[in-house]
Amino acid sequence: MSSRSQILMPARTSTVIGSFVLALFLNFLPWPDMRLVPDFVALVIAFWCVRQPRLVGLGIAWMVGLLTDAGNGVLLGQHALAYSVLAFLSVWFSRRILWFGPMLQSLHIALILLAAEAAVLVVRLAAGDAFPGWPIFVRPLFGALLWPAVTWLLLLRQRRPTNEPAI
Amino acid sequence: MDHTPPPFFKRGPAPLVRLFFFASLSLALLVVDARFRYVDGLRSWLALAAYPLQRAATWPIDLAMGVGGYFSTQANLVEENRQLRERALNNAQDAQRFQAAQAEANELRRSIGASEKLPVPASTAEVLYLGRDPYAHKLFIDRGSVQGVRAGSPVVDDVGVIGQVTRVHPLVSEVNLLTNPDQAVPVQVVRNGLRAVAFGARGLPGMLELRYMGANAEIQNGDRLVTSGIDGTYPAGLAVATVVKVETDAEQAFARVLCRPTAGVDRGHYVLILNNDAQLPPRPDDAQTKDRRGEKTRRSKAKDKSADKAADEQ
Repeated sequence: MSSRSQILMPARTSTVIGSFVLALFLNFLPWPDMRLVPDFVALVIAFWCVRQPRLVGLGIAWMVGLLTDAGNGVLLGQHALAYSVLAFLSVWFSRRILWFGPMLQSLHIALILLAAEAAVLVVRLAAGDAFPGWPIFVRPLFGALLWPAVTWLLLLRQRRPTNEPAI
Repeated sequence: MDHTPPPFFKRGPAPLVRLFFFASLSLALLVVDARFRYVDGLRSWLALAAYPLQRAATWPIDLAMGVGGYFSTQANLVEENRQLRERALNNAQDAQRFQAAQAEANELRRSIGASEKLPVPASTAEVLYLGRDPYAHKLFIDRGSVQGVRAGSPVVDDVGVIGQVTRVHPLVSEVNLLTNPDQAVPVQVVRNGLRAVAFGARGLPGMLELRYMGANAEIQNGDRLVTSGIDGTYPAGLAVATVVKVETDAEQAFARVLCRPTAGVDRGHYVLILNNDAQLPPRPDDAQTKDRRGEKTRRSKAKDKSADKAADEQ
């Protein structure tokens, strides 16, 4: 059955690092409209904060946020702030989220991603930028739709092979 | 007996405390970066760390273009060759006219004693990617301070102005696009020499607007705008935009003039960075300009007084 019914192997550090590198790579791809593309880094941070709150927390989220800021040439600290909020909410709700099935998990994640997006929006509006339009709030929803796929992909290395003989 | 919990219950500070810590750190960084620009060194280091990933992210596009080029048919190449030859012919004609015109302009310039205009040195750069941030209109190019790029240089493509280099990292530079509402370019209408300032249009991505144009300004659809060269940043005569819409509202003092940029601001793969070292006269001293009343004039008056006193003592 689903991953909930079986006991997972511990997460490997290499998987965590690899997932972050892949997410940053996907974020740096030259997308046509940035407002509609989900924030892969935010998704990966949320995933590890929900699954491994003791391994990945606010500190890592903050540093990845700084890297995103410098790479995109925006105000230093806006994504750091957003990802800290994201990581906090994910760690806080981690027990609750894992209780639900994939669809309800996505709903929770949508709200968390929306909060992070709102943090960026508030910072940019405070810095004097114009409102970039409502599509900005579609992005977290697209991200949440990807949540089941992200879960499946990132848990791949923690699943036991099914044909392992039961002892 | 001590009652400290065993080590496997230790989880460090509570999440709320950590959130408070990191949020205040971020806010402090934001304020320092936005107001004082003290953290540009840190930013350069972080940008250097992100560079391999940024570079890697352009590979899929390069690969797709390479594969597309491999499969381009002979017919396409013949057609393209024909077009290029046609264009070269047109350009040759223009070039001849240009040489004649430049000789004439030099002669005129000499006759009025103005300094001769030197050709602007330029270097090519490749566009790495558009900034991911939907709030800012930025472009990243693969030349940095190592290759001698300086902040403030104008960036153009084969048909017109794209923007201006605003921040230089060791291996990459950020280009602020024309379509940024905070980016201003001094322009001139080719038809009648009317001067104006073009900004990115607010609320209309990919368009420019001329702000502070009087409702009776003589401007019409289809007017071409070129750089006027007055600011000393952009060389004069580079194509900037074409006027597409002029709205005059009786209730407002200014006309709303919308223009479409000539250059492929959001397209194109290669750009030119112009190293414009115009020999400008130094900025006039603030103390001499008396038009700004308030703190500054009072301070300069006090300075004048103290200078007078010093002169008296001598």
